[in-house]
Amino acid sequence: MGYLGDSLLTAFELILNFDRDVRMTAWVSLYTSSCAIVIAALLGVPIGLWLGLNRFRGRQLLLALLNTLMALPTVVVGLLLFGLLSRQGPLGPLGLLFTPLAMIIGQTVLATPIVANLVLAAVTGADQRIIDTALTLGASRLQAAIQLLREIRFGVMAAVIAGFGRVIAEVGVAMMLGGNIRNSTRTMTTAIALETSKGEFAFGLALGILLLSIALLVNLFLNVLQQR
Amino acid sequence: MLNLQKLLIVISLLLLLTSTGFAAEHLRLATTTSTENSGLLAELLPPFEMVNDCKVDVIAVGTGKAIKLGETGDVDVIMVHARNKEDMFVNAGYGVDRRDVMYNDFVILGPANDPAGIKGSKSATKALARIAVSNSTFVSRGDDSGTHSREKQLWQKAGITPAGDWYLEAGRGMGEVIVMAGERQGYTMSDRGTYIAYSEKTPLKVVVEGDEGLFNPYGVIIVNPSRHKHVNFELAKKFLDYLTSHQAKELITGFRKNGKQLFYVTE
Repeated sequence: MGYLGDSLLTAFELILNFDRDVRMTAWVSLYTSSCAIVIAALLGVPIGLWLGLNRFRGRQLLLALLNTLMALPTVVVGLLLFGLLSRQGPLGPLGLLFTPLAMIIGQTVLATPIVANLVLAAVTGADQRIIDTALTLGASRLQAAIQLLREIRFGVMAAVIAGFGRVIAEVGVAMMLGGNIRNSTRTMTTAIALETSKGEFAFGLALGILLLSIALLVNLFLNVLQQR
Repeated sequence: MLNLQKLLIVISLLLLLTSTGFAAEHLRLATTTSTENSGLLAELLPPFEMVNDCKVDVIAVGTGKAIKLGETGDVDVIMVHARNKEDMFVNAGYGVDRRDVMYNDFVILGPANDPAGIKGSKSATKALARIAVSNSTFVSRGDDSGTHSREKQLWQKAGITPAGDWYLEAGRGMGEVIVMAGERQGYTMSDRGTYIAYSEKTPLKVVVEGDEGLFNPYGVIIVNPSRHKHVNFELAKKFLDYLTSHQAKELITGFRKNGKQLFYVTE
């Protein structure tokens, strides 16, 4: 009981005192993941819609590719983008490596396939007559698609929540592209990895509990948004 | 409408991004996990940041990775501990103005029952030879860190190529390796700072210490600005001056972890 009890106690202390370092890591996590998921939604929702509504040659191949991308290991994304963003890479002059923006880019790459895929699934499961009805009523194709999107908004929200879950919980991209810089790119997950390597297991576990609580709050918020 | 809300979130987040990103001048320091994890940098950096109105971004990795980051120009300054690699880095034109900052030492840790019978040995190489001969478990960092390259040097000096069931290459950080060696009841080599941080959590004890071969000096090097134009040379130079100043030396020697001094300055 000692170890777990201590961790729980530390967690509550941290949350109640809301110490500056913990506040910053929580904020960096929330902020990068939120930015990433918004961009991923803006990219992934249209991709999912388009793939769901159109039939063309090579579609099956694209779907298989999208499914594979969902399984992208975070360290592989980290590695590829590291090569791109490093000073020696093609995007090096931008100086993005080890900045929050680099993490946002990496997490966007991780989340977009998930959002696209789940939106695609929602489109496939929706009543396709909505589109036809809207079209016969004189709507443009875009208006019809928006009408469909309204109809499947629960599915879209589920896609966004799943994507958010993936990026806020990942550690590979945040560590490799962010560099775990205190008060700048240190997220909840990289902080947990760091505290564990320092032997501060209780503190690490406390951060883990805090991370779960934050994820819970975000999901409750999204749920409320969805109810409206 | 859902899309409008999303758009508002995007805009407000992008505004936040631009407002927090460029507050002060930044200096990027790649250093080893031992300096960052011990908490030394958290005491050493703030006075410098205050005087120069800047922020030192610390990227804590192994020595090998820190040097790589210097070669590719992804950082401004590196602070590492692997003298021969540091010299190669400077000689190849990647870095300038190398300076000694401080040192600490390595210790060889082992289980209480000491199967290789090396407790109290004064020679690190002889102790390693005994570990190899007795086939006692030894956990190596195996991650190209400064500690790892020192360990390899010592094996070489002992005339042994470590291989076999008893030699485990973990490929992980110092803390994880201490934990692993403790679980496997084996030996390992650690910097003293990390060991002190773990001393209450591991059953391992110091079995060999004080050998000159375990002496561990830290050097600091500016990434060559003629190779990488974006390097903030002026601030980096000030940083090196600060690290070797009287004020910094007092902070380094005054730094305590669990009541023990971890780092000593180079006079």
